[in-house]
Amino acid sequence: MSETVQDVSALIIQKLLANPKVPRDITGSSKIVEDLAFDSLAVMNFVMEIEDELDVSVPLDRLAEIRTIDDLASCIVAIRNGG
Amino acid sequence: MSIFDKFRGVEQRLAELQAAGGRNPFSVVIERPISSTVGLIEGRETLLFGTNNYLGLSQSPRAIEAAIETVRARGVGTTGSRIANGTQSLHEQLEARIANYFGQKHCMVFSTGYQANLGMISTLAGKGDYLLLDADSHASIYDASRLGHAQVIRFRHNDPEDLRKRLNRIKDEPGAKLVVVEGIYSMTGNVVPMKEMAEVKRETGATLLVDEAHSFGVLGPTGRGVAEAAGVEKDVDFIVGTFSKSVGTVGGYCVSNHPELDLVRLHCRPYMFTASLPPEVIAATMAGLDEMKAHPELRTRLMDNAVRFHAGLNRIGLKTGKQVSPVVGVVLETIPEAIMLWNRLLTLGLYVNLSLPPATPDHHPLLRCSVMATHTPEQIDRAVEIFREALESLPADA
Repeated sequence: MSETVQDVSALIIQKLLANPKVPRDITGSSKIVEDLAFDSLAVMNFVMEIEDELDVSVPLDRLAEIRTIDDLASCIVAIRNGG
Repeated sequence: MSIFDKFRGVEQRLAELQAAGGRNPFSVVIERPISSTVGLIEGRETLLFGTNNYLGLSQSPRAIEAAIETVRARGVGTTGSRIANGTQSLHEQLEARIANYFGQKHCMVFSTGYQANLGMISTLAGKGDYLLLDADSHASIYDASRLGHAQVIRFRHNDPEDLRKRLNRIKDEPGAKLVVVEGIYSMTGNVVPMKEMAEVKRETGATLLVDEAHSFGVLGPTGRGVAEAAGVEKDVDFIVGTFSKSVGTVGGYCVSNHPELDLVRLHCRPYMFTASLPPEVIAATMAGLDEMKAHPELRTRLMDNAVRFHAGLNRIGLKTGKQVSPVVGVVLETIPEAIMLWNRLLTLGLYVNLSLPPATPDHHPLLRCSVMATHTPEQIDRAVEIFREALESLPADA
């Protein structure tokens, strides 16, 4: 079980890099829409994969606050800690 | 920085779309309908295979007469909202008729199907509740999720196991859980596995809402939709639908056995703050319902036509969804191919809908076709033939 934001962030990056279209130089501070060129549907589908990987649900309304990979990781850690 | 800067991306894509095929697919004008199946487009008689007018009732003589008679007696509009000054006896009659058709105790009628989904879903799933949506849900359902204050969770398209898993993840969270599925998905024609979805609902104690927009008048022994066809109507808490497909008019509804539906009227903003349906539309809708009831053979003919069209497209090598329903989504590999094919079809006299990603599932462009009960077998065969001719005329590298 990944507990820290860094761990979750690393896992997200690993998952993203499995997609050959994603730039190779992404980091935790990469912006999901701007730097990865994901459209709204791609973001939602990717979050669904992460949800299953980590057995957590990220409600769509929380996505509005998320811009970077680290934001997504922080949000997941917060949800797992009951926030 | 201009307020219009945000539209420049779409402006650019639209210009590319027009350059690639010659037409703007979002502004096709049906100059006038000649019948339910043929319309005048660009001055040519064109076969209509993209109107979702499943039973052909938009041109029903009975509905036309009812509308004329009513408009003479009552005028053209109500100029008011349902909770203020826009409820006439006809609205109550229509609600009673719909409730009766579905064998449910209560009904709310909305001014459009979009508003019915927007209103019901955003009102039912409130702050602290969870809303569980199929990933391929219609825009009206996604928009409802943004208008309301519930936490929104997507589950994989038509996957009851995935829904079960996601409901189990939040089983200890307080708050009601509302699951929303559609009878027939409008992009692909996929039919929801309703029996399995109802099982998940029973197991988890969630509330279930089914949008029968494309399945009302189409599926089920009496045309009540997918829940009737699957024999699980008692598991469905709310059925939402539209009059703008099989009934051929406009308007939306929600039926339920929950008496609290009457309280929803006083919380549901897309119901409260808009003008009610005009009387002639209600009269035509009630006549359309009579036609649906009196002519079950329309549904048989519709499904026969769907089978014929689906098989015809597959025979000429086109890829469609596996399930046969009156919505047939032709799946194409590339956007340029879809644009060229759609333009060619229209030039040859066949109207279908061009759907492009991200509005389509899994990033494939679709040519979305809809079959009608009033299509003749010859019209179906001609449509398939036009598809074949259009495919042949495409450049080899498209």
